[in-house]
Amino acid sequence: MSLLEVTDLRVSFPTADGLVQAVRGVSFSVDNGRTIGIVGESGSGKTVLTQTLLGLTQGGQVQGKAVFDGTDLLTLRPDQLRKVRGAEIAVIFQDPLTSMHPLYKVGWQIVEMIRSHDKSVSKKQATARAIDLLGRVGIPRPAERVNDYPHQFSGGMRQRAMIAMALSLSPKLIIADEPTTALDATVQAQILDLLLRLQQESDTALIMITHDLGVVADIADDVMVMYAGRAAEKAGKHDIFYQPHHPYTKGLLESIPNSSAAGERLRPITGQPPSLIQLPSGCAFHPRCAYVMDKCLTDQPRLAPVSDDGRHLSACWLPATAAGLAGEAEELRRRAVERGRNEAAMKIAEEIAKRPESEGSVIA
Amino acid sequence: MSDMPPRGAAAAMPPEAAMEDDVLVRVDKLVKHFPVRGGGLIRRTVGQVQAVDGVSLVIRRGQTLGLVGETGCGKSTLARCIAGLIPVTSGTVTFEGRNITNLSRGAMRPFRREIQMIFQDPYGSLNPRRRVGAIIGDPFAVHKTASGAKRKKAVQELMERVGLNPEHFNRFPAEFSGGQRQRIGVARALALRPKLIICDEPVSALDVSIQAQVLNLLSDLQSDFGLSYLFIAHDLEVVRHVSNDVTVMYLGRVAESGPKDQVYETARHPYTAALLSAAPAADPDAAAERRRIILTGDVPSPINPPDGCRFHPRCPKAQELCGQQEPVLEVKAGDPATHQTACHFPVEAGESLARVAGRERR
Amino acid sequence: MSVTSLEFQAASAESAPEQAIEGRSQWQLTWRRLLHDKIAIASIVVILVMVILAITAPLFASLYHHAPDQAFTNTGTTSTGAPVGPGTHGFLLGTDYIGRDLFIRILYGARISLFVGIVTTAIATVAGVSVGLVAGYFGGWVDTVLARFIDTVLAFPFIVLALALAAIFSPSLTIVLGVISFFSWAGISRIVRGQTLSLKEKEYIEAARSLGAGPWRIMFIDILPNLLGPVLVLATLYIPTAVIFEATLSFLGIGIPEPTPSWGSILAEAQNYYTVAWWYVVFPSIALLVTTLAFNLLGDGIRDAMDPRTERIFAAGSQRRRRRSARAAVPAVAGGPSPEFPDPPRQPMPPAP
Repeated sequence: MSLLEVTDLRVSFPTADGLVQAVRGVSFSVDNGRTIGIVGESGSGKTVLTQTLLGLTQGGQVQGKAVFDGTDLLTLRPDQLRKVRGAEIAVIFQDPLTSMHPLYKVGWQIVEMIRSHDKSVSKKQATARAIDLLGRVGIPRPAERVNDYPHQFSGGMRQRAMIAMALSLSPKLIIADEPTTALDATVQAQILDLLLRLQQESDTALIMITHDLGVVADIADDVMVMYAGRAAEKAGKHDIFYQPHHPYTKGLLESIPNSSAAGERLRPITGQPPSLIQLPSGCAFHPRCAYVMDKCLTDQPRLAPVSDDGRHLSACWLPATAAGLAGEAEELRRRAVERGRNEAAMKIAEEIAKRPESEGSVIA
Repeated sequence: MSDMPPRGAAAAMPPEAAMEDDVLVRVDKLVKHFPVRGGGLIRRTVGQVQAVDGVSLVIRRGQTLGLVGETGCGKSTLARCIAGLIPVTSGTVTFEGRNITNLSRGAMRPFRREIQMIFQDPYGSLNPRRRVGAIIGDPFAVHKTASGAKRKKAVQELMERVGLNPEHFNRFPAEFSGGQRQRIGVARALALRPKLIICDEPVSALDVSIQAQVLNLLSDLQSDFGLSYLFIAHDLEVVRHVSNDVTVMYLGRVAESGPKDQVYETARHPYTAALLSAAPAADPDAAAERRRIILTGDVPSPINPPDGCRFHPRCPKAQELCGQQEPVLEVKAGDPATHQTACHFPVEAGESLARVAGRERR
Repeated sequence: MSVTSLEFQAASAESAPEQAIEGRSQWQLTWRRLLHDKIAIASIVVILVMVILAITAPLFASLYHHAPDQAFTNTGTTSTGAPVGPGTHGFLLGTDYIGRDLFIRILYGARISLFVGIVTTAIATVAGVSVGLVAGYFGGWVDTVLARFIDTVLAFPFIVLALALAAIFSPSLTIVLGVISFFSWAGISRIVRGQTLSLKEKEYIEAARSLGAGPWRIMFIDILPNLLGPVLVLATLYIPTAVIFEATLSFLGIGIPEPTPSWGSILAEAQNYYTVAWWYVVFPSIALLVTTLAFNLLGDGIRDAMDPRTERIFAAGSQRRRRRSARAAVPAVAGGPSPEFPDPPRQPMPPAP
């Protein structure tokens, strides 16, 4: 039984221009002590997804289930949700300067958090706990710093204080929404380190939302790649990075400059993410996909297993054998794209669809 | 090593004196301090933010110099000093041999056609109340090089060149996505065919897939127009991809500089080594194997920098000398003349600082 | 064919659905939001009616055969010399103390009020924006000098100046226009200066400087368009202040001279007669109230309409801006950043009649 099990979550927002379908049927689960990385770019719906779990979205139409520790979060009343927020599920936001109150001392904010969930704790006890937490997250001289204001901390220290606040009630699940994006690389390394260590100490589940594949490669166990409000691919970390199936995942991995591609042209994904009001027909990724087939324009693919153990899922019409970054296939695709003929790519993809058991020909 | 210059002279002698005409921009001991005014009625100056404290570097024709460093290292300030946007406290900036430090607005004007900038924030760098065609046409208007139909044609050509639809030139920036807005910025910078474009974190605010598009665009333009870039970024992989030479800055000073492969593969400064080890790699096996050098603490404030080597409070190799004497930027033993490091105890071949620091992950 | 143009092709193919969601400028979006604001629409209607009434005042005068300064001592006053009430002898709203048609006088008073209100606001806006822009952009000693000048003007007792001027030269429309303009521009200027100070730091201004643009070009081509929004709101909210200002001056006798009717001077006359002629006080007051209220509400409405946050639009992905991730590709829906809005100035309120 997973700690959190989300089933077919759908969130849309009515606007003057039309219905914005931010999340279009996402399912995933998180277990105790495990980390799932949710990767996506702007407009993928990753933030709306987690905000909906905590009831932080306004004006949205929500469908689906999100069962946390036996209770469906989406059916809870606001006051019940408030009890869950903080105590059972904690959130770490991207910018601690704007998510902590600037006019109250950090220690006070932690104490308030503790006491608002448990009135029996005295102020002295809560303060002692706050100092202990600040020390645990690596803030030097915590007994002094507990009386400082957020702006007196540097970026990395603020984020640590935020983490301390998140941990104050020993939550079972932490949702971290781009916690290190605004930090320097060396500080980011410290924070990720800290999160991992704390997770190992308390067996906390962690949902890490990010657009940075490097962060995911570092601390995630499972990965879900989101595109246009749906999951494009879901797998364990190794499968995502070494056996990517969905062309979007492949595209993401290939657009990152890394040492092997130094000096060469990068291979970006052409085009831009789609408008969530007017989504393309069929598979939302098809206008940008170099493997596009006729079927992709009409039928939206469901998440289906592409590995034998059924743990690697991909929402793509390409056969399971298309997983992986095989050199020859990529070479052909690259040339086809550079000749500017999507039709050729379509032809290739169609060929593959006709011959699912391709033996070492186009795509391994 | 007979061809290594004596220690004292290395700092004063530029390593490639023979290739002077190849140099487009030379920055020499640039210093930029911002006064900190105290409170009270008179508001006297109580301190200085030493944003840039003695930086020298060289940008060559048709090449890209990558400038890396973290928050507070002064790279953005340095870029603005080179571009003439803020006055320099001391030191010189020369462009094609001519001194352009602290020129008056009128004297600087012709140089503005040659030195352009691309900014980090695609949302802040374009005037939201002006149409895109007007924004891109600004350089032509300011320098009176084209007007009317000629200007419109030039603007549309630029838009097409950077991958935008020329028919959209009457739209407002709000109607474009982040990547497209960055392209608009590139088009604007390219308008007068400058020789140098200073890119201040041009892709940091973009999604990964869009980053790659814009980086490719910049690379194409460089080869088509023979541009030089000063490419400022904090993402080491991006810098490695686009640069020929790299300079690493820390707290207003240069820690290390040299050809990119030299710096990335044989980093000599402990800060560079730490930076490289901290950069996230999109590769789980590499991430698991990597021995991270975890630095203690945060970057100190540039108002009160540490004495001696500014990095010494956080350096795993620091010794007493480091707190007393500022290290000179010079070539270390075994390095080519183009690779310079400012460190008393540089990282030796095969040395792992992670072991030295005793901080290994897992 | 370079890959760049290929990417652009893909991008423009992608933009075809965008054309269905038309891109709109900030003004179009503001107008659309304004149209949904019932109170703002009502205010616009009221103002339009007021303007029409003011313009057609002579028509009404000839319709009723009552000139604004024509004293009907027979039909317009009672045997004891008091004004007659509304409805008597064809006087729609009654008469004043010498038998002049109150309705017609109020209509002509509207001409004065609207004229003075709009003209002085226009002058004050142009002057205030210019000074504020220059002071804010140049900074340094220019700003110090101008800012102190603005402060002096704001601190000056305007009534005293008006009295002095009226004593030296006899009261006239010119003096009224001059005095009101002189004291209005400073408040606008101070706010524009503040806006300019913050706009000056924007990155696109830095970009303009890096292109070699001079300060005047930057001020009028880059900064000014961003000021127009707040300035429009400010001006709309200043008009009622000017109207009240003029009414005050006229009430004190140093405003529009007789026989031209002004709501202020009518109220001044009414001081002695309100016990016997309630209409003498009530109707001019209602006119003043309605006018100022309408402009105030309209100004508030415009300010709300300019702020995209008042709309319950939740475009997907457009949550808090991230430093390192681009906005969602719903470009056409964004209205652009909203300018910061200061509250309307506290003009020294003239004493109530």
